[in-house]
Amino acid sequence: MTSLAKKTSSESTSEQTTAQRPALISANKLICIREERLLFDDLSFSIHAGEIVQVEGPNGSGKTSLLRILSGLSQPYDGQVFFKEQIISRCREEFQQNLLYFGHLAGVKGEMTAQENLNFNLALHGNNTNNSSDYLAVVNLLGFEDSLASHLSAGQHRRIALARLYQSQAPIWILDEPFTAIDKQGVASLEQLFIEHTKRGGCVILTTHQDLITIDNKKVKKITLDYHSDDCLHDYQEKKCDNRDLDDMRNNKQ
Amino acid sequence: MTLNSHNSATTFENADIMITQRKKLSYRHAFMLVLKRDLTIAMRHRDDIINPLLFFVIVITLFPLGIGPEAQTLSRIAPGIIWVAALLATLLSLDRLFKSDHHDGSLEQMLLSPHPIFVLVLAKIFAHWLITGLPLIFIAPLLAVLLHLNEQSYGALMLTLLLGTPVLSLLGAIGVALTVGIKKGGVLLSLLVLPLYIPVLIFATSAIDTAALGLPYSGQLAIIAALFFGSLTLAPFAVGAALKVSTN
Repeated sequence: MTSLAKKTSSESTSEQTTAQRPALISANKLICIREERLLFDDLSFSIHAGEIVQVEGPNGSGKTSLLRILSGLSQPYDGQVFFKEQIISRCREEFQQNLLYFGHLAGVKGEMTAQENLNFNLALHGNNTNNSSDYLAVVNLLGFEDSLASHLSAGQHRRIALARLYQSQAPIWILDEPFTAIDKQGVASLEQLFIEHTKRGGCVILTTHQDLITIDNKKVKKITLDYHSDDCLHDYQEKKCDNRDLDDMRNNKQ
Repeated sequence: MTLNSHNSATTFENADIMITQRKKLSYRHAFMLVLKRDLTIAMRHRDDIINPLLFFVIVITLFPLGIGPEAQTLSRIAPGIIWVAALLATLLSLDRLFKSDHHDGSLEQMLLSPHPIFVLVLAKIFAHWLITGLPLIFIAPLLAVLLHLNEQSYGALMLTLLLGTPVLSLLGAIGVALTVGIKKGGVLLSLLVLPLYIPVLIFATSAIDTAALGLPYSGQLAIIAALFFGSLTLAPFAVGAALKVSTN
């Protein structure tokens, strides 16, 4: 079970200025083991303000695990995650005020309307809920404000959750497959939002299997998770029972 | 995002502003936010309120049918029946406390919110009690008539239920938080939680029996009150820690 994690970074921002700026979030020698499989080993990197980072790798290579570790939801087997040179568990409240995590599961309640869902999500993270209907309009949900989320499509579900991005003041965005079930136009508008966010001084860490359309891929920093191909089948069978992956596969079909 | 050095310097300043300019969040605001949300969901999903209540009513009405209508036998076993039924009705409703939030990802979002977890958890437990515990308290005296409960015991029945049902919700929440990540955690949940309910059951039924004899039952009530305040202050922290483990 040899596993290899490597990091390649394209030279988008000049190295000199990158070195001077303190990292918003950085990982130090992360090791992740799931189901007795080594997903990545000795993974270190730092992410600065103004960067878009794409985590790449085949299914089951540990992309979601890495993002969950970065957000503090999961604990790494070994290694630390730092927020402004502090270990995240030591400054939980401050870190979480500065973090926006968007996972596989949208966190949208079927029993609540689109508007109520968005208002709750915004207020839960300490954001202003004024003009929140404008943000629903931005994600093309105008006219659906008072529809129960359970009556909306999968893509609209995710759009309700993504509407939060337009209001978020948090500099660190960790987005796990944000483009799942989103149409081309929606993807383009999200990419524009990412660019604006990085210009405001934030950073975006995301996983996606598609290439980014409007953002020049050479300017995106990449973290590639990799493992030996003979592990693939074994890994797939192991994960098949895992409900989350099934959900994931279903979403991809749609 | 090609930034020349001048731009990236301003970017960093912006980032600093982004980080520091955050307001202090109030506990009360977070509590009310989650409480309102859970009550809204329950109101639109009425089965959640009706199911445990119906279970409670059916179980209690079955006993006179099974045992026979002798007033003496029934009034002897009435406190035990009412309390065991309340216990099982609560257990039946516990699953809902965190499971649906876990399935749709809103639990993750709550854990990642800047609010302390215990405030959010306490709000969820309080909502759960309002939805399941409070209706039981209202309907219990009616069912007690059915079981010929001693007239002097009604006060004790109401007081023990008022103090005891929140304990059931609070202790149950720990069990649910521990089993929320497990696919079929139902059996495990009852194994975990029911033993913790035994003290409440013993002291509550004992208080009602004592009241029937016309004796003071403040001792038993004090112990249930102690269980209530103990679990009220400690359970939310245990639940928060358990949820972190379950979502890891």
